[in-house]
Amino acid sequence: MEAIEQELRRFVIDNFLFGRDNGFKDTDSFLERGIIDSTGVLELVAFLEENYGISVGDEDLIPENLDSIANLVRFIRTKMDVS
Amino acid sequence: MCGIAGILDFKGGGIERDILHGMVMKVGHRGPDDTGIYADRHVGLAHVRLSIIDPDRGRQPMRNEDGSLWITFNGEIFNYVELRRELTALGHTFATDTDTEVVLHMYEEKGEDCLRHFNGQWAFALWDRNRGRLFLSRDRLGVRPLFYTFTRGRLIFGSEIKSVLVHPGVNREVDLRALDQLFTLWVTLPPRTFFKDIMELPPAHYMTVEDGKVSMRRYWQLDYTGEQQNTEEGPCAERLKELLVDATRIRLRSDVPVGAYLSGGLDSSMVTAMARSYTNASLETFSVTFGDPEYDESAYQQEASRFLGTVHHDIGCSCEDIARVFPDVVWHTEKPVLRTAPAPLYMLSGLVREKGYKVVLTGEGSDEIFGGYDIFKEAKIRRFWAKQPSSKLRPLLLKRLYPYMNNLQRQPLGYLQAFFHARREDLSHPFFSHLPRWELTSRLKVFFSDAVRSEIGACNVYEELGTLLPPEYQAWDGLSQAGYLETMYLLPGYILSSQGDRVSMAHSVEGRFPFLDHRVVEFACSIPSGMKLRVLNEKHILKLCAGDMIPPSVKKRHKQPYRAPGGVSFFEPGSGRARFEYIDELLSRAAVGEFGIFNPDAVERLVNKFRKGLAMGTRDDMSLVGILSTQLFVHHFIKGFTGS
Repeated sequence: MEAIEQELRRFVIDNFLFGRDNGFKDTDSFLERGIIDSTGVLELVAFLEENYGISVGDEDLIPENLDSIANLVRFIRTKMDVS
Repeated sequence: MCGIAGILDFKGGGIERDILHGMVMKVGHRGPDDTGIYADRHVGLAHVRLSIIDPDRGRQPMRNEDGSLWITFNGEIFNYVELRRELTALGHTFATDTDTEVVLHMYEEKGEDCLRHFNGQWAFALWDRNRGRLFLSRDRLGVRPLFYTFTRGRLIFGSEIKSVLVHPGVNREVDLRALDQLFTLWVTLPPRTFFKDIMELPPAHYMTVEDGKVSMRRYWQLDYTGEQQNTEEGPCAERLKELLVDATRIRLRSDVPVGAYLSGGLDSSMVTAMARSYTNASLETFSVTFGDPEYDESAYQQEASRFLGTVHHDIGCSCEDIARVFPDVVWHTEKPVLRTAPAPLYMLSGLVREKGYKVVLTGEGSDEIFGGYDIFKEAKIRRFWAKQPSSKLRPLLLKRLYPYMNNLQRQPLGYLQAFFHARREDLSHPFFSHLPRWELTSRLKVFFSDAVRSEIGACNVYEELGTLLPPEYQAWDGLSQAGYLETMYLLPGYILSSQGDRVSMAHSVEGRFPFLDHRVVEFACSIPSGMKLRVLNEKHILKLCAGDMIPPSVKKRHKQPYRAPGGVSFFEPGSGRARFEYIDELLSRAAVGEFGIFNPDAVERLVNKFRKGLAMGTRDDMSLVGILSTQLFVHHFIKGFTGS
């Protein structure tokens, strides 16, 4: 899981913060910190599906699953356990 | 239409004519037909002329009969015929048939109060020798530009900043607060410009300089307080039509032929229709087309042209064209832009000029005053939703509003709510209507360099904007507040400048705007909001007023905002290569580091995203266009500017 956490972190910092993490923490809300816009959510979902072999349904698209690194790790773990 | 420049020496120590000449020649594109200079010990006035009214006798700077008043004037006073008649009855005599001479005589008669009598678009400097007083003024809505600075005991001014920069006493430095504002609001807040210590005279203001004292006053205000006066639709539409017809009629006053832009939408079609009924000669219309159907409106343009019987010309605009002309566009806008939309309009004015036209009517201004933009509908839906935040149905209206935005269609409610600020606590925010746009734009600041971030520090853009609002603002309804923000700031700061005056005058073409006749604007302010944006039907009263003067399909069509291909324009698809050398040069780590505005590493990542075809969405797009145009701005004006 640590590897996933690092990968996710790198993806978010590369794609949404363009390398400028500015003390960005794993528990920080993407929405509150203005890290992603509406397109960003879809980029994030595409990344999850391509890299972790999971399928993200419309019902999964909620901030509780996708709004921080910590939430994402928990969400991926649950999805992987299910599959 | 013309270009002006001038110098006032506070000590009366004389004016350097060669410098003044250099200043006005820097805006020579605004007036290729003639050049003139007046200078005494105190003041120098310069002028480049685009001859439109009384070409033979309208040379400028112009004086009154006894030479006690001198003026350099850019623009048009459309009601000059009526004013001249009144002045003649009062005993004034005229040597020319120009509107400029009417301004001189009106000033003789009314002093600075003359401005309230003008119906037009102007920026001028008038030197009252007897009083030792310089009078600068700009039109109500900010159609024509005027910039100024103070240096070494002098006031330096001009139609464009580049002419001010020619004066050797003027520093060239980026105003970082302006950068912060532009990367939030899309515009800088007047009088601030993108150059430190160079100001613009705000629309609807005048400045006087007398006995070394400078004073600035507003002479007109956009005011929605009188709303609810015109509550009956039928008479209201009739009155509006009368005003629009008259606004168009007086905007056809010209000694050269007048054409029209025809975008295929309601506003330009109406203007063309009204102009058509006033001319026996064939009316020529002009438009831009795009290969990409997402942006193209040519089918509607052709239909409107056929219906209105115009001779139509269009110019195709590709991604490569946008990238090719973009450096020239930024040279003319004199500030960064977050959209490429000015580029096709720059090409369009080139086409107009090529066809031998100097003057075009356009439909700008209607969306601001009649509730036409999507942002107005969006705010209305957001307010409706924020009152019941748990509603599952209300947010669906947002998806209906943007059927062409695929990403938005897939958004879950929780995200929509956050992105669109549809929370109860947002409702009382004075900028509620614009929060989503401005917050999204603010995200672009992630690219700012550490030095810029620390310089900007705790500056608060909203706070500065808040200080500029009139006291009545809080009492206005949502649409009026949003309309005020658009009309007061985005209209002059972007639509009429970067997409208007600057890119049309780049090819010596004058735009005229019937919807911005102040009588029309004042009347629009007095119409209840529900008659402008009726439920979610934009410009309802205007559509009533249009009647059968335009094709039914144009009246009924879903409004398509004018847009152009953005960041993708600068890279070849597939190979990811930059289309032109300047793009690689200005976005290189070296140039970004040298100019110091942005972080080189962050810019490199963004550029790679575009090269790989992975960039998507508005934020990436605005980021690339904003960064590239800022780099071009620094290249043109800070690093590479020469006075010659």
